[in-house]
Amino acid sequence: MSAIEQVSRPYAASFVEFARNRREVLCLSADLTNSVEIDDFKKVCPDRFISCGLSEQAMMGVAGGLAREGLLPYVHTFAVFVTRRPYDQVAMSIAYPNLRVHLMGFLPGLTTPGGVTHQAIDDIALMRVLPNMTVVDCGDATDVESVLDATEDVDGPVYCRILRGRVPRLFREPLELGRARVLESGDDVCLFTSSVCTGEAMPAVAALRAKGLSIGHVHVSTLKPFTDPAVLEAVGAARRGVISLENHLVTGGLGSSLAELMAEQAIGHRLVRMGLYDTYAHGGSLPYLLEYYGLSARHVVDAVERLTGERFGIELERAAESEGAPSTEKAEAL
Amino acid sequence: MSVQATKADVDRVAAAIRRRVLLHTIENNGGYLCQACSSAETLATLYLRVMHLGPSVGPLIPREFDGVPGPGWPAGSGAAYNGERGPDNDRFLLSCTHYSLGLYAALIEVGRLDEHALDHYDRDGSTVEQIGAEHSPGIEVTTGSLAQALSIGLGIALARQERGDRGRVWVYMSDGELQEGQTWEALSLAAHHGLDHLGVYLDANGSQCDGPIYAVHEVEPIAERVRSFGWKVHEVDGHDSDALVAPALEPSHGKPLFVIARTCSWRGIPSLESRANKHYVRFRPGEAELALRDLRLSAEDARS
Repeated sequence: MSAIEQVSRPYAASFVEFARNRREVLCLSADLTNSVEIDDFKKVCPDRFISCGLSEQAMMGVAGGLAREGLLPYVHTFAVFVTRRPYDQVAMSIAYPNLRVHLMGFLPGLTTPGGVTHQAIDDIALMRVLPNMTVVDCGDATDVESVLDATEDVDGPVYCRILRGRVPRLFREPLELGRARVLESGDDVCLFTSSVCTGEAMPAVAALRAKGLSIGHVHVSTLKPFTDPAVLEAVGAARRGVISLENHLVTGGLGSSLAELMAEQAIGHRLVRMGLYDTYAHGGSLPYLLEYYGLSARHVVDAVERLTGERFGIELERAAESEGAPSTEKAEAL
Repeated sequence: MSVQATKADVDRVAAAIRRRVLLHTIENNGGYLCQACSSAETLATLYLRVMHLGPSVGPLIPREFDGVPGPGWPAGSGAAYNGERGPDNDRFLLSCTHYSLGLYAALIEVGRLDEHALDHYDRDGSTVEQIGAEHSPGIEVTTGSLAQALSIGLGIALARQERGDRGRVWVYMSDGELQEGQTWEALSLAAHHGLDHLGVYLDANGSQCDGPIYAVHEVEPIAERVRSFGWKVHEVDGHDSDALVAPALEPSHGKPLFVIARTCSWRGIPSLESRANKHYVRFRPGEAELALRDLRLSAEDARS
């Protein structure tokens, strides 16, 4: 594998570039301006930066009101504070009226050292069930850099999970809304991953393919709508089974979406869902948490072995020590 | 707004709102009657003397339900009854949407809805819903879960401030909504942004679903609390139209305006006073006749 580029703060520059010349774009912040990488925008366009402070419920109403006036509000805070705390406000003040509000959720899943209060492990489930809501989960620096353009024209609200800090670049082509990235094709097994799990799983897929397993790998960024024919095709091709791996509970996110798709399309393949199983997590580094909760590359190999009944004799590094895996840098602060 | 409208005009409209809502409550075997009693003068004052609105552009006969907002389906269609949007026009957001019945009655009495519009109320397939959504006549935002309209109004007011609009944004809410945390987030944030073209009329009728507010979860002293959040606060007799109008005529000096309308939820129909449940009135045998007598109406009026 060639050296993987690590991009520092991809959202910060992307948002400035995207928003600078779009006068209708407003940036809403809830006291986490530096932590969600909108400090550069605040410096460049202070007149379009709206500080709401620690008032997420009111902020969602404000965003709805601004959108009703034809403006394009981008709401920034941690994913937990976008989705859990102001849920009724998101549902009634934004989603029901189908307003063009972009909800940018940072530190998705286990990517925060902040512990249970900061770990958005249910956010995709919560947003996916809201009518009118589009849901996108970024998996690398290119996804982060291109998600703003890709979702700009959506006629309704959009929830985006954004990675921050040092983010690996796994993909060259920009994110396309509604289109998964087929990284590998295979007809034994297909692995579907999202968020930081894609980079984590890449060495496992490479090792399994080197051992002769025909394993496909699909990176899913658009969780809703979940209608990409490429996903259906990959699921149908995987005659020995499908595995999902997500930075989220196994309920309500990628694994559930695949289960629904497979059941509705009568695709009778086995599905192994990897993710958090009906549990909250706790504070720790991402590599530690991926190991502890069974979401690392070697756990992917284990799952494939259980699914196929074969042993591949693969020794993998510990979680997140490969270049494509998410940063192991300890965040200095939240 | 009609500049000629007077307190006498408001009193006539308020009396007609009470009469219409009472008759509807009897016919419908239930209704949000006490809210109409407390809010009648305030709603009439807002429509006749405070708000600068264009003529209604909504159909006199309410539309049938034809879908919820979504791609290609606009939000806020109920606002058509409050006239075209324009830089100089005011906006009206009803926060306590269980007051819809009173609002519909007010729209009828000020000529923005057909006089038989309440025949559509709570009827399957109608937009004239019990707790209106933003397709319901006169309702611009969907706030039935309470305490959300002020934040939305804040966003609208921010956008209008930036645009330099002269029109104001009025939010009509109830005192029970002061128990919701979001209300205080929004009060604080609106003051922080100095939104002096944002105004609240609060129906302080001291009543909520479980009973008197002082017994359920006291919110007083409202004036001191809201003033301490940086708003310009007036406390007035909510059944006196002149008193209700006066605060809106004063300059706000960079502060949002908060008018506490002290009201009575059995105003005009004193026989309602002894009811334990004032949140939703359903008459037991004999009670409707007392209420009709309070308004000097007869059983014939109820049947006609």
